[in-house]
Amino acid sequence: MGRVAGPSETGKDAEFLENAAANMAEVGAWFIQEVFPLEAALMQFLHHNWRNAGDIADLRQDIYLRVCEVAMKQIPRPAKPFVFAIARNLLIDRVRRAQIIPIDAVADLDALGVPVDEPGPDRGVAARAELRRLQAAIDRLPPRCREAVVLARIDGLTGRQIAQRMGVTESAVSHHLDYGLRALADMLYGETAEPRRPK
Amino acid sequence: MIEATRTNDAISAADIEANAASWFRRRQFWAWSEADQIELDKWLAQSLAHRIAYWRLQGAWEHSGRLAALRPPASESNAPSGNTLKAAVKIAAMAVVAIVISASMAAYVLTPREKAYAAGLGQRQTVRLADGSQIELNTNTALRVLDGAPARTVWLDKGEAFFEVRHDIARPFTVIVGEHRVTDLGTKFVIRRDVDHVKIAVVEGRVRLEEQGTTQRPALLSRGDVVVASGHTISMLNRSTRDIANDLGWRHGVVVFRHTTLAEAADEFNRYNNDKLVVTSASVAKLTMNGTFRTSEIRQFTEVAQAVFGLHVENRGHEIVISR
Repeated sequence: MGRVAGPSETGKDAEFLENAAANMAEVGAWFIQEVFPLEAALMQFLHHNWRNAGDIADLRQDIYLRVCEVAMKQIPRPAKPFVFAIARNLLIDRVRRAQIIPIDAVADLDALGVPVDEPGPDRGVAARAELRRLQAAIDRLPPRCREAVVLARIDGLTGRQIAQRMGVTESAVSHHLDYGLRALADMLYGETAEPRRPK
Repeated sequence: MIEATRTNDAISAADIEANAASWFRRRQFWAWSEADQIELDKWLAQSLAHRIAYWRLQGAWEHSGRLAALRPPASESNAPSGNTLKAAVKIAAMAVVAIVISASMAAYVLTPREKAYAAGLGQRQTVRLADGSQIELNTNTALRVLDGAPARTVWLDKGEAFFEVRHDIARPFTVIVGEHRVTDLGTKFVIRRDVDHVKIAVVEGRVRLEEQGTTQRPALLSRGDVVVASGHTISMLNRSTRDIANDLGWRHGVVVFRHTTLAEAADEFNRYNNDKLVVTSASVAKLTMNGTFRTSEIRQFTEVAQAVFGLHVENRGHEIVISR
């Protein structure tokens, strides 16, 4: 899968790589715990402030990239105001750089405020809401895809076992799982209420 | 290792995500070799966008495991899955065995008796089942056990019990607490039944929680999950191993307080003793404390209240009143 132009593995480099790997793991954990859970609010913010819905997925990726680059130097806490500041700046940059984007691409630049943190519901309520959200996500998966995901997630089966259980080829299982994984992430983090149509 | 940053201009976010899903799926569900890991590491190192997309799927997957309530609705399970088919074959096999066994023996196997166990105020008791599973009863607890052939069932009628279950797919272990059913999936867990709510904490492994008479899907609880079910509402939180271990102090005859209010501490002591602690004023009730006490040592507790908080303690028959 492509070549890597990395530094040669002398002692110093090995140490550097080790530190970088530890740091990367920390950034990954931070993303999973604090950044991805903001995605629903972030997507709402982008949809609200950017006219071309086709750009949103790439905008989100660029925002995460910028957030990650900063986090690799130092993890910003709290995450929320930081992520939204990055999002706001990115939208402003895009408008300035690309003159082909009509001026009304961004609804109101000055109004690109950061959503206010309202006093959160207690953890129990939040957990219930999350549970409902997850149930809804599973319900919306296409039936065969759902079956594969449930066998993997609940019964802890391997791909091969799932194929045997469902009586389908392993590549069909791969397809179901790939689709299911992505749809779960989208629905869990709140990008879409509906999963994408399987290709 | 961290070289590439924005190599994504040519590749869309959706393509990267598709690749990430494929990697994650291969790693998670298919045979995985060191060579595969090297390839994955290379792909991850190519671009931060790859890494982020991978983390995102990983996060969602982990998340779905903790909150999982993923069983398909009952209406769709008309085609027997392999599991239920296997179970059916096993049950059929057991039935054949039962017929072969002499009639009286079969009658015994097929009509197992329900046995009742209880622990009085301040007492504890351990029940061992034939298969090695163990139930520890805390103070003021009553339960019934049906150690049957097709299934093991426990009714927790009142109090609190710790379950250490030998998992056996062929003989599911279920605890019934009022409207709630807790089924073992390979587990240690504790259930406490109070007047208006039930609290379930998973110490190890997983359990499935269902509510009878509703269309609610079962919830899967994993290690560290604590659920409080009250009426039809359920709230869930995840607690540290240490917090859960503290709540299980009673198995060693102690109560452990960490930032516990005096009111809560008094309630806790009152579960174990005839003499009841009474906290009179709201301001006293709100004081918080740490410490570990024997469940029977009310005196030790009141001494701390006197010495540390400068409170007034008065014995009035079976009541011990704590005030300013």
